[in-house]
Amino acid sequence: MIRATHLPLLVTLLTFVLAYALCAAQYPAMLSSRVIANLLTDNAFLGIVAVGMTFVILSGGIDLSVGSVIAFTGVFLAVVLRDSAMPPLLAFALALLIATAFGAAMGAIIHYLEMPPFIVTLAGMFLARGAAYVLSTESVPIDNALYDTLQALYIRAPGGGRFRLIGGIMLAVFLAGALVLHRTRLGQNVYALGGGVATARLMGVPLARTTIAIYAISGGLAGLAGIVFSLYTSAGYSLATVGVELDAIAAVVIGGTLLSGGYGYVAGTFFGILIMGLIQTYIVFDGTLSSWWTKIVIGALLFAFILLQKGLTWATTSRRKVLSGSAAPS
Amino acid sequence: MSVPIRPLLHARGISKFFPGAVALDAVELKLNPGEVHALLGENGAGKSTLIKCLTGAYRRDGGTVTLDGQDVSPASTNEAQALGIGTVYQEVNLLPNLTVAENLFLGRQMTRFGLVRRRAMNARARAVLEDYGLSIDPAEPLTSYSVAVQQVVAIARAVEMSGKVLILDEPTASLDRDEVQLVFGVIRRLKARGLAIVFVTHFLDQVFEICDRATILRNGRVVGERLLEAVRPDDIVTLMLGRQLEARVQARRSGPGGEVLVELEGLGRRGMLEPVSLSIRAGEVVGLAGLLGSGRTELATLLFGAVAADSGTVRKRGRALRLARPRDAIAARFALCPEDRKTHGIVADLSVRDNILLALQARQGWMRPVPRARVNEIAEHYRRALDIRAASLDMPIRLLSGGNQQKALLARWLATRPDLLILDEPTRGIDVGAHAEIIALIERLREEGMALLIASSELEELVAYSSRVVVLRDRRQVGALEGSRITPDNIIGAIAAQTPQTPQEVPA
Repeated sequence: MIRATHLPLLVTLLTFVLAYALCAAQYPAMLSSRVIANLLTDNAFLGIVAVGMTFVILSGGIDLSVGSVIAFTGVFLAVVLRDSAMPPLLAFALALLIATAFGAAMGAIIHYLEMPPFIVTLAGMFLARGAAYVLSTESVPIDNALYDTLQALYIRAPGGGRFRLIGGIMLAVFLAGALVLHRTRLGQNVYALGGGVATARLMGVPLARTTIAIYAISGGLAGLAGIVFSLYTSAGYSLATVGVELDAIAAVVIGGTLLSGGYGYVAGTFFGILIMGLIQTYIVFDGTLSSWWTKIVIGALLFAFILLQKGLTWATTSRRKVLSGSAAPS
Repeated sequence: MSVPIRPLLHARGISKFFPGAVALDAVELKLNPGEVHALLGENGAGKSTLIKCLTGAYRRDGGTVTLDGQDVSPASTNEAQALGIGTVYQEVNLLPNLTVAENLFLGRQMTRFGLVRRRAMNARARAVLEDYGLSIDPAEPLTSYSVAVQQVVAIARAVEMSGKVLILDEPTASLDRDEVQLVFGVIRRLKARGLAIVFVTHFLDQVFEICDRATILRNGRVVGERLLEAVRPDDIVTLMLGRQLEARVQARRSGPGGEVLVELEGLGRRGMLEPVSLSIRAGEVVGLAGLLGSGRTELATLLFGAVAADSGTVRKRGRALRLARPRDAIAARFALCPEDRKTHGIVADLSVRDNILLALQARQGWMRPVPRARVNEIAEHYRRALDIRAASLDMPIRLLSGGNQQKALLARWLATRPDLLILDEPTRGIDVGAHAEIIALIERLREEGMALLIASSELEELVAYSSRVVVLRDRRQVGALEGSRITPDNIIGAIAAQTPQTPQEVPA
């Protein structure tokens, strides 16, 4: 059944189908499996952080630190693999642990000190970026046997598309994220927080545990995105992925999640990512457009989706008023 | 009911102290299974403090609570819930972004391998809600249903989670009459199931319709526990308001004043106030009497355009006015001193002077600032005229006493030279001296030819200055008294008068 809450998701889906159809009409080559495979590979790290960002935004928060955490993780891996004999898998685990703990710490500060997530994660953004600089200011290349093996892994589709490991990781993260958000108690608590913290408390939602879990998930996924990004670029650079947190927020909003929290789906974020990737691909195909057009189109899309959300919120609340005839506070 | 039954919940000697105040003084509350127990009292009587002590929101400072024979002392609402005490508040405390079933089961979802069993949960929710007389689709978002249905879902959640004692804190405050019947149907079912139910409301009609017994609080003390079959509404009202009222007949009270200044015809808003008609003459004080929640404040709010009315017209000197916003009302030279001084009245951190000038400046618009000299002159004038005691007009208004804040607010509106001054509880929470001064001021303004509409729960006061009293009950106009008929007894009689009401069958 189609409900008002599904509408933004449907709009996102339609936007994607329409945009893809338009692109394909102009450049039939965009239908090839290569383009699709690259769409997944090129956006893998962004997709992974966007899943974490979906958790955060659904709960009514924001996480500005993820771009810096990706950069930090990349530099950390590069430096550790260069300067020590640590096996790469252990380095991965360590990086994930650090990123998750970092997120959890921010969640704890947000909850216990009752600080706005915006400020706390802004501080986290500077901290993580600064820590990356401390490790190295230069781009550190990664030369590792496991990296070569992992990068060489792909499934070849008819038409020559190579579906690489990191695209697969992103798809797995999206599936897991959807399962947790839509089918577990934790997920329901995330929505409850987004619906109203005071009410959620009265209904017995464990606020501390949930808030910390949300930011830990976002941090951990940023760490995973960092690993994926280092596999993607074979290097760690402290100036990399500046502003990725904003791209992730954009993808979540274009995916139909309400910025004030409470409404949205992981699937929407997936299509948000694909729409953003599609715009980029189109510009590459066109060849004459400046790549800044990506930003302009994304900006316009964001505006359109914010207006859509406002319209929907307005429509549902005014309908509710008619139903209830409730009195204003006197 | 006369068989002695062991009370399900028995609170004895409950005391609660706040800095400088005794909120509850050795209060006793006895709840029997299968009984609906009304908790009555005016604002500040201690009802909500008592409830908060029972639900664990507050820790009590003295006394014992036994539930089912066991001493309990919940430290949080969750703990109270686990013990068996569930609460439903006036504002629906459910999440608007979740479905009905998700709201019903939040925190105790049915799961298999850690995954929520959505379909099973929806089926269970449907079955549970059918027990409450609701046949709705629990997979729909909560907000697709009316507030009454949401309130029933909240009750269902509270009962399913606790199941012994259900506290309903003004659950019907924002419902209209049919919706109230829906909720009452549910309460009757739960009563039959043997729950002890506490019902807090300001609507006496509803108390007599649904409740078996009532405990009446005044100033933090229990002033009576009554079996409702055996008492008349008058007795309850008298208990609630107290009987220190002397029937002081005021010789000064003038008859009908000058020309009719403002006429209300059927002014109302669905779910807020049923249509009210009255007229106010220049040089006349019209009093609004009624218990808290009877619609006094609502009428003032509608007349001032703070909430737009959805029916009726307001005419001033025969000309219809459009009152969609307070600005419209200000333009029509209406003024309102609201009931809640702190949140709707003063701007706490602005100086006394700026607070006084606020309304005048707002009417002029920001393009035409009031000259500084004129500002000082006006502020100084009212400081002297109303005897506002402040060390300096530059000090923030929050530092003034309640009475002086109230006078500054009056000055704010008097500075706009209104034709109609609406005062909502002008003397609440101020000391005796300031009280008398404000009453004297009201008399003076009336003599100067201003029209005043004053809502107050102090009957004595209404009797002293009103030339007409309109009585409201359950958000309806139920009577009007004029001239010598204005006495505290008559007002109480009008507030308490029972209108025969046939209980409607509840839609299943």
